[in-house]
Amino acid sequence: MRDVAVIGIGMTEFGEIWEKSFRELVAEAGIKAIMDAGIEGEEIDALYIGGMSTGRFIGQEHVGSLAVEVAGLEDLHIPSTRVEAACASGGVAMHQGYLAVASGMYDIVVVGGAEKMTDVVGGEATNILASAADREWEAFFGATFPGLYALMAKYHMHKYGTTQEQLAMVAVKNHYNGSLNPKAQFKRRISVEDVLKSPMVADPLHLLDCSPISDGAAAAVLAPLEIAKNYTDKPIKISASIQATDTLSLHGRKRFDALPAAQHAAKLAYEKADIKPKDVDVAEVHDCFTIAEIIAIEDLGFVEKGKGGKATEEGLTALDGEIPVNTSGGLKAKGHPVGATGVAQINEIVLQLRGEAGERQVKEAEIGLAHNVGGSGGTAVVHILEVI
Amino acid sequence: MGVPRYWREIPSRYNLIGKKCGVCGKIYFPPRSICPTCRRKSAGKMEDYKLDGKGTVESFTIIRVPPPEFEGKSPYAIALIKMDEGCYLTGQIVDCNLDDIHIGMRVEACFRRIQEDGKRGAIYYGYKFRSLKS
Repeated sequence: MRDVAVIGIGMTEFGEIWEKSFRELVAEAGIKAIMDAGIEGEEIDALYIGGMSTGRFIGQEHVGSLAVEVAGLEDLHIPSTRVEAACASGGVAMHQGYLAVASGMYDIVVVGGAEKMTDVVGGEATNILASAADREWEAFFGATFPGLYALMAKYHMHKYGTTQEQLAMVAVKNHYNGSLNPKAQFKRRISVEDVLKSPMVADPLHLLDCSPISDGAAAAVLAPLEIAKNYTDKPIKISASIQATDTLSLHGRKRFDALPAAQHAAKLAYEKADIKPKDVDVAEVHDCFTIAEIIAIEDLGFVEKGKGGKATEEGLTALDGEIPVNTSGGLKAKGHPVGATGVAQINEIVLQLRGEAGERQVKEAEIGLAHNVGGSGGTAVVHILEVI
Repeated sequence: MGVPRYWREIPSRYNLIGKKCGVCGKIYFPPRSICPTCRRKSAGKMEDYKLDGKGTVESFTIIRVPPPEFEGKSPYAIALIKMDEGCYLTGQIVDCNLDDIHIGMRVEACFRRIQEDGKRGAIYYGYKFRSLKS
């Protein structure tokens, strides 16, 4: 297997982007990534595009072909594959792109991720997102997606004494980081009180504990590490790309205070990259709900199980903390167009490792980690990226 | 939802029929085709097994923003319940004050209307849970 590098990134602004279609979002992110990598269209060997539910959000499946048409690559007849793993679709697309280059099958691969969630009305988006959970044995009985994370939150609070204030502090931190990210959906700073006063969605999760419904797209260009320097002065090496799974339903899991798939992916990723959790300088984690970030920093070994709330309160994960987490604003503030999220996380880590993250730049960041989760933990993907 | 989709789950949703692994004896609900411990040894040896219906609340939440099928039904409680047979499932807790629900609460299954396809569509039934009077 060959070493793989990211040689280009690009993404759209995230948010309620009514004036742009799915197609335009895919085009914008893809063109930016290709320009950033400095490649010509005919150099592209394959495309992978993550999308969770394009069929239900915009009534369009077959977005592999759509992406080729959008990119003007139809005369090359290259393979283009849509990848789906709920909210981890982007991370799994990255993993597919990584495998394709590492195996030697393809040299230049463009990985994209996109979702257009605001073209449906009201509760329809909630219903579509519930398809990331078990339709027959969870959603049928009235469980919602925030509801499943609320079950984990209540369990974590009961077992470890995690508080609503600590959950809220995740949102406060990520909104602060979002205020420094021009592409974030929410650039407004909020207080713990704002979170606790926002309407309850599913106890103990308030509206401001939840990531929003968003439109957006992101892309990354991958190449074998040995030729990456021909394209960029700052190639970023993918030192681990690990995908793991667990049961579709939450009730089928071995434990409810962790995502065993994420723990498994993290362990294998650290082994592959030959690093320890403390070596990570910056991380993007899947904070679809505030409790998810607390569980994530525990699963990733940044803190001991049960100490995630306290660590957040003490500032461990703040921009100036020991391990800054979700410097982009995370899913919470940057926005969460589900299919795009995993690729957008890679965008942020690459910016940080290149030293191009502007006001939210982490000093001397050399190793970054991205943690992307599908459903309530049925899929987890961990990527470790390094400056070379 | 298409009628067959609902109809084929009736045994489990009405009568809590799960599966028992014919090799190790572990009980699964919802039903599974393969025991994740015994794997290929369990193929063809997963037998129907009716749960007793009693369990303990492991975690719960009050849904205040419901999905479209449950519009007008909120707030309602959803719980992660550990059944006495050792398996876990997800269900609503009813017939009590929402404030009285707590982790560790003993509950028993009851047969209830779950949702319906609009005003004129099929009505779907299944299990919910209520406090178990000791």
